[in-house]
Amino acid sequence: MSILIKNGTVIDPKSGMEEKTDIYIENSIILKIGKNLNIKAAKIIDAEHKLVVPGLIDIHVHFREPGQEGKETILGGSIVAAKSGFTSVCTMANTTPPIDNQALVKFIKLEAEKGPINIYPVAAVTKGLNGEEISEMGELYAAGAVGFSDDGKPVTNALVMKRALEYAKMFNVPVIAHEEDPMLSDSGIMNQGEQSVLLGLRGIPSESEETMIARDVLLAKSTNGRLHVQHISTSGSVQIIREAKNKGTNVTVETCPHYFTLTDKSVSEHLSMAKMNPPLRTEKDRLAIIEGLRDGTIDVIATDHAPHQAQEKKQEIEYAPFGIVGLETAVPLVITVLVNENKFSYMDVFRKMTIRPAEIMGLNRGYIAENGPADITVIDPEKEIHVTEDFLISKCKNSPFIGMKLKGSVDFTICGGKIVYGN
Amino acid sequence: MKEIKRKDLLDITTLSLEEIRLICDSAKYFKEIFTRSVKKVPVLRGKTVVTLFFEPSTRTRISFELAAKRLSADTINIAATTSSLVKGESLIDTVNTLEAMNADFIVMRHPGSLAPHFLARHSKASVINGGDGNHAHPTQALLDAYSIIEQKGSLEGLHIGIVGDIKHSRVARSDIEIFQKMGAKVTLIGPPTLLPDEFKVYGCGISYDLDRVLPDLDVVNMLRIQRERQKGSHFPSIREYAKYFSLTRNRLKNCKSDIVVMHPGPMNRGIEIDDYVADCENAIINQQVTNGIAVRMSVFYLLSGGTPLEGVEPVE
Repeated sequence: MSILIKNGTVIDPKSGMEEKTDIYIENSIILKIGKNLNIKAAKIIDAEHKLVVPGLIDIHVHFREPGQEGKETILGGSIVAAKSGFTSVCTMANTTPPIDNQALVKFIKLEAEKGPINIYPVAAVTKGLNGEEISEMGELYAAGAVGFSDDGKPVTNALVMKRALEYAKMFNVPVIAHEEDPMLSDSGIMNQGEQSVLLGLRGIPSESEETMIARDVLLAKSTNGRLHVQHISTSGSVQIIREAKNKGTNVTVETCPHYFTLTDKSVSEHLSMAKMNPPLRTEKDRLAIIEGLRDGTIDVIATDHAPHQAQEKKQEIEYAPFGIVGLETAVPLVITVLVNENKFSYMDVFRKMTIRPAEIMGLNRGYIAENGPADITVIDPEKEIHVTEDFLISKCKNSPFIGMKLKGSVDFTICGGKIVYGN
Repeated sequence: MKEIKRKDLLDITTLSLEEIRLICDSAKYFKEIFTRSVKKVPVLRGKTVVTLFFEPSTRTRISFELAAKRLSADTINIAATTSSLVKGESLIDTVNTLEAMNADFIVMRHPGSLAPHFLARHSKASVINGGDGNHAHPTQALLDAYSIIEQKGSLEGLHIGIVGDIKHSRVARSDIEIFQKMGAKVTLIGPPTLLPDEFKVYGCGISYDLDRVLPDLDVVNMLRIQRERQKGSHFPSIREYAKYFSLTRNRLKNCKSDIVVMHPGPMNRGIEIDDYVADCENAIINQQVTNGIAVRMSVFYLLSGGTPLEGVEPVE
């Protein structure tokens, strides 16, 4: 199949290209980039006033399969991702059973073939996500795992974490860390602070995240291993990462749209829909996250897409599970909050959703170039979307953004030269 | 203000000063009924009140039940340990069942903060919060305020101390809000592990030194040390806690002679309060219990749309 994308503003953070030009795709590669291309194509996309960016990459999603198919499946999640502009995602290992052996990595790869986008499994750091013994990283890597994470849980034992950072060097893949000290979190429900006092909910203090990040950047420094820190939420975390990077530590970091959009003041209104881990923090933290994104301390915007069924969230906040869905609101929030409200350039935000995550996970994707992969997302930055339950095609609708009107809509997603979303 | 236009009573935060005054005024009327030989009025005849308690409680549940009965309502008591809730039914489904049986009021006590707020959004019945987690206990706060008004005429300008496990106390949170709304100055007193700095968000005083604050107080509310609600250890021993924060006969000597001593009950005699103080003239702990029924009658009455109190006659 051939596709010609005409007159779009092509933004490629890898090369720094930002210009109005045409792109011609044949089969699974970009064959030609240039102005006023006059090539016959089976499909012509008029991208006038639209952004044409590399297919987006989300290195933090939960597609729940195997084991929790009631929440989401690999195929279902892939379709949601395609609709949201993502052509590659990394699935986390905290399924049932967890992805800690090569058969399960291969199962995910096999299921992924049925879906429209690329799926790169992240496997467990420790066997059974128990935090005790490191997993068979070599076999997992050989089967197709692109990184190791016990996400959902921290690796609480510092020695285990140190060995994981050392051992993973053999494959040059990152150890991906959910940073939390469970003792300090103390079964908390929301951010510890004024709001948790007012609501009488047990708090998760900032230090719970920050002490573990501090520990792990020291371990990354001493082992010279590759550490990727997931979903940071606090001002202190940004500060620790910034200092570590200044000292030359091999650390990368992601945050999620909810941490630069919402604060713990949302909890009283949205109850369990505003319950995630790490929790929504204060306005000071939110602003520090935006500052960290601006100065490059934060490398990646990931969603931590975490579907939970209605009956699980429709419970007392104490009993409801942590997590919200994030794929479908990612582009609208990035454009509304970062570009429109905080004057980020498109180049800066899409760098964090394309080439940076690709580099961290070792994927040959996330860029637009002749003979490069034909993964492309076409976005209308002016189009308003209304987040409703119907807008969310995810099986689960656990989003605190329902009811919001946002700017920025995905028009087309092209993955491997095929239109996987849009018409 | 003549009536309350709200479905639910969930916390003090969302209650206006006018609503609080109206509840207290009506409570005074209902308390007068207690002196009659027939302590019952027909204002809730035909209405159904369900008490749904997910935590063990005797006095609060009985107080609500008695209040409902004295208003001639039908009452049903559900304790989580005897219901299908232990069989895994969700709160929403339980409440749908209660509504299908036409419950008009659901009084809920729940170990999870904000559980009644969640319930109220999904229920057509009037939800009254009988205590949720560490968050709120609005009828306790209303009866505390009412009891202080009985003693002192008003809360305006009073200095009220709340002593003990502030962190885990829903009574403290609701009391702070109601006392401040009614014009009192509030100081919280306890060990730092039970009195986090974030409590400054209320704009009240914070002290770790009971002896320094005590002489200035007009009212002191001694909270129960809730050993069952504490996760982990917040102080080294009960003995050391009592040394610093127990209201004892000796400490009472340093108080104003007309200090009002309160306790939401049940008391740990010898821990937060000693025998002498618990039974002394200044203590109004039993009056609080009596007033609790009057205040809860008032809440039922006003939430059901009640206004013309003069027209209410005793049931024959």
